[in-house]
Amino acid sequence: MTDTNGYKAGSRLEKLLRAGYFVATGELGPPQSADRSVIERKAAHLRGHVDAVNITDNQTAVVRMSSIAVGKILLELGIAPTIQMTCRDRNRIAMQSDLLGAWALGMRNLLCLTGDHQSFGNHPMAKNVHDLDSIQLIQMVRRMRDDKVFQCGDPIKGQEPRFFIGAAANPFADPFDFRPYRLAKKVKAGADFIQTQLIYNVPKFAEFMKRVGDLGILDDFYMLAGVGPIKSLGAARYMATKVPGMEVPDELVERMRKTPKEKQAEEGIKICAEIIQQVREIPGVRGVHIMAIEWEEAVPEIVSQAGLLPRPEI
Amino acid sequence: MIVAEQKPLEEIKSMLAPYRKVLILGCGTCVTVCFAGGAKEVAILASQLRMATRLDGDEKEILEATVQRQCEYEYNEEAADLIREADVVLSLACGIGCQTMNQQFPEKLTLPGLNTTFLGQPTEQGVWEERCQACGNCILALTGGICPVARCAKSLLNGPCGGSQRGVCEVNPETPCAWQLIYDRLKALGRLDLLLEIQPAKDWRTSRDGGQRRIVREDLRL
Repeated sequence: MTDTNGYKAGSRLEKLLRAGYFVATGELGPPQSADRSVIERKAAHLRGHVDAVNITDNQTAVVRMSSIAVGKILLELGIAPTIQMTCRDRNRIAMQSDLLGAWALGMRNLLCLTGDHQSFGNHPMAKNVHDLDSIQLIQMVRRMRDDKVFQCGDPIKGQEPRFFIGAAANPFADPFDFRPYRLAKKVKAGADFIQTQLIYNVPKFAEFMKRVGDLGILDDFYMLAGVGPIKSLGAARYMATKVPGMEVPDELVERMRKTPKEKQAEEGIKICAEIIQQVREIPGVRGVHIMAIEWEEAVPEIVSQAGLLPRPEI
Repeated sequence: MIVAEQKPLEEIKSMLAPYRKVLILGCGTCVTVCFAGGAKEVAILASQLRMATRLDGDEKEILEATVQRQCEYEYNEEAADLIREADVVLSLACGIGCQTMNQQFPEKLTLPGLNTTFLGQPTEQGVWEERCQACGNCILALTGGICPVARCAKSLLNGPCGGSQRGVCEVNPETPCAWQLIYDRLKALGRLDLLLEIQPAKDWRTSRDGGQRRIVREDLRL
């Protein structure tokens, strides 16, 4: 048994949240190649500006460098990684094996996801797995940590992997009435923190949080509101109409439209910082998760404008 | 029922290229009701092949027959003379019928003329939809009679993924989200409590994952 001083995993993210800091996490999309320098370049924009960095697991079902491998590189660069794991590509055997390895390599935060369907990616002809769903994955990881057992029930003889367990929530997907309950199921299964889908419709997110509050579970997990900058009018329109489970209000698209093209990126960053300040006021929100995939260089400006600097030491 | 679709004519022609006398053997059960491999489809395909092979300058002799159920020996036996007469059999049954034929007549090759697509239901004239994956451990009691294993693109067991919007699946806007259907149905039945329980990891041994499945009923054996 590892001494975690009363912490579940003892990661920096967990310690900051437990201490009551308003946290900021970032996101890094691994390259579609074996090129380490891409990660080093992106990491430079995130270091010191966020408390932990999510590394996506073949997001949108496009083949990329493995989340765990990139996590190891980030550790070497002095950045705390949050590895992501989807249920699309691995069965419970492969998942547990990877989790043992990831913990041994020093990863401490894990985000458990269903995964984008392979039809969105570059291998739509692939077979998908979905041996477990995301809630069953959370349950498995929690039992590995707290009960020291594999999914089958066999005891883990020796060091168990102790992850700070994250899950996703999408307040903008349907059926809206069920979404707070689905979040509650994830918390009951063992999620310690939740990161949401990108929030542009703040009133709807506030309503969602109110309903989560009504379930009496706000103290049982840490809510990190998902935010991200819109780079251009085209990006705003695309997200508003083409991305399943995403909601961008007309006013925001209009605001981007009224902004001269060369100023749109700047405006997108400003909007993001404003949204951070708005969600921060919503009861139960303990931090933000900033998703600036393929635009990592925007993160320093976002956290600066949102008044989140300097990041605490712990 | 088992739902199937006929293979493209070019693929069928290419499979049949080495043979001269071909028996097209239909099946009178599932593939007849889904208009893929009954007597009518056998006749149409036979005409197409006669014409096409004549135009290609390699005219084949096409025999036709349709049995009641190609997955049972006794029905296929009724077509035994034609089967023996042909150089090759083109089965217009599902994959089960085609395999039964190969097992029953080992000296004769039976080729598949259909792609077996799924276990489904005719939902309107000319439309069939998948309904069952034959996972071997039915959970319809928990989901308002709507199967997420077969009808959710990710076979989720604990509710809809983040891609469910306006009632449709993120994978195909023409497919209803199975979990939206389940939610609506359980709400109407006053049984949303069923959705609050965490469904544990499924035991897939009863599914294809456990290897080829087999049922032995001692009470029925001779």
